This record gives sequence, C-alpha cells and structure tokens, in this order.
Amino acid sequence: MIRYEVLKTLLPVISDELVVCNIGSPSQELHALDDRATNFYMLGTMGLASSIGFGLALVQDKPVISIDGDGSVLTNLATLSTIANNPRDNFILLIIDNGSYGSTGDQATYAGKKTSLAAVATACGCENVVEVSAEETAQAVKEALAARRMTIIVSKCQSGNVQVPVITKNPIVIRERFMEAVRG
Amino acid sequence: MAKTIDRQIISDLTGAGIDFVTSVPCKQLAGVIEVLNETPQILHVPSNKEDEGMGLCAGAYMGGSRPAIIMQNTALGVVVNTLATLIQFYQIPLPMLISYRGEVGEPVACQVEMALHTKAILNQLHIPTYHFHMASDVEELPGILSYTQMCSKPVAILTDATFWRTAQ
Repeated sequence: MIRYEVLKTLLPVISDELVVCNIGSPSQELHALDDRATNFYMLGTMGLASSIGFGLALVQDKPVISIDGDGSVLTNLATLSTIANNPRDNFILLIIDNGSYGSTGDQATYAGKKTSLAAVATACGCENVVEVSAEETAQAVKEALAARRMTIIVSKCQSGNVQVPVITKNPIVIRERFMEAVRG
Repeated sequence: MAKTIDRQIISDLTGAGIDFVTSVPCKQLAGVIEVLNETPQILHVPSNKEDEGMGLCAGAYMGGSRPAIIMQNTALGVVVNTLATLIQFYQIPLPMLISYRGEVGEPVACQVEMALHTKAILNQLHIPTYHFHMASDVEELPGILSYTQMCSKPVAILTDATFWRTAQ
C-alpha cells in the first residue's frame, strides 16, 4: 500500500476530525480524496505539520490528527521532545513512513534505512508509540481516537504517489474555514 | 532575578490578550522567561528551535489563542522560510520579542555577525520592526501588540543590550 491508499482507508475515521496535513503530496492527495473544512493543508514550510497540529491541540480540546511524513519528521525531529514533555490526550501524530521524500521524487530517507522513528519518539519520552503496517493504520487511528490518549503512530507503507492536482485554494480561505471548523 | 521591566513586558502581553508563548532562551531574556513561568494566564511551551516554535504558534492561533514568540535575533537565520510560507502566507499575527544581541555592550564578538544581518533580514521580509534601545521605549509595547493583531502580520520587537542594562 502506498500513502494514497492509506489515506483512502483513513477517510471514514478522520473525515470529521481536525486534520493538519503535511506539505506536498500528502496534502494534495487528501485534498483530492476528501476536501473538507476540517483539513488544514500546508502549502509550504516542510517539517511543521507536527508542531502546528500540536499547537492546536495545546489550546483547545477537540482531537487533532497531524498527518506527517518520515522525511518531514526528520526535518523537525526535536519537536517529538516538545510533544513528549507537554502531553495532550487530544493529539495524534500519524507519521506516514514510506522511507522516502515522496514529493520530491521518492529519494530515500534515513527512516527507510537504519533510523526508527518509533524508537526516536519513545526515546524523546512519548509514552504511547505504535508502529503499524499500512493495512493496520486506520484501525490504529480509530483506537487512538477512542482511547483519547496522546498517540504517535508510525505507519510503514510503500513509497509512491498518485498524480493529483496542486492545491490552488487561497491560504487565507484554507485557514479561515479551518478555524471556523475548530470553533464549530 | 527578574526585574520590574520583565514584569512590565509580561503584563503588557497579558494585557494584549496574549495567552500562548513559546520561547528559545537568551541570557537577556532570562528575566522575562522567569516571569512568564509564573504567569498562569499564559501557557508557556518552550520549543527547541524557533521554526518549530512558530509552528506551535500557528496551531495555537488557529485554536483561538493569541500567541507570541520569544527568541534571539540569531534565530532570524533559522526562520526566514517559516515566516514567509507560514506566518505571512496564512496571515497569522505574531509578536516576536527578540533579544538584539551583537549591539553596543555585547561581550561576544560572534554575536555581532548576526546583528549585522538582523534588520536587513527583517526589512527584506517586510516585517514591521521596532527597536527598544532606551528604557522608555517599552512604553510603545502595548501599541505594537495591538498593531500586530490589527494587521495580522509577524512584528519584530528588537531589545538591545543598552535597553536591558538601563531598564529597571
């Protein structure tokens, strides 16, 4: 299973939840599959999906799911220690770990080699870290939402993207409708 | 040990409705951070790097909070992309209380190198910039904070060594 297929299986679980989605292919694929006001698409700023989602979870009680990638988490690795040391049970970090920089031509990341992001998250102090297969991902997110416990999910899937359009929505429109969904 | 000026600054932040602050420390800002930790109206979540901190602030803003970041001017070398593609692109109001290291009174030569680029980077990014040099300059802070919310932009408040040395 590649990321697009994982996202597809996630839709029934995440469609009504607040989702902060990573830059590039992940946001484009989610946007093409199921564009919703509850999705915040990152149009730039690689690495910050985890931090933006966590900042949102820190100040309000609704569940927040950050959909990040292995390459992006490697860019902002230290935020795992911020997350671990300020735990919020309404936060789920889903790392789609396909071992590659998908948006830039599927170059290999170190997470696809020797580096285990689940082990890094655990070492940072995150208490509830699970590594699952692509097929198990939707169930893992469902369980994390039901348990209402801060969870880091590393979803090991295959490298690859599907051709979907670039997001041309105005950033202020994306932000305003997302904020309305947060308030609603 | 926190001084009156540190309490004044935090009181101005709470007065402006700031309820979420992230910080990466600087010696000049130690007193402010000390007071911050004693201020229950503000959730203080330290970050490891300032771009991460701006991500937290963006999320907090979308959650209905009014965020601010406390950082050193050297960090402007880290956050250019985040300022342009997140804070400015999505129009997020963000006061940045910045210690302006490398100005007159600076003991560490290397700090001068980024001081030379500080205002140039801020100018290049079209970020409204205020420079606190005299102790009385702090009187502008409430106005700057309300201006930041009005225009929904990142705004820089540079605080130099003379300011911190002379402020009570």
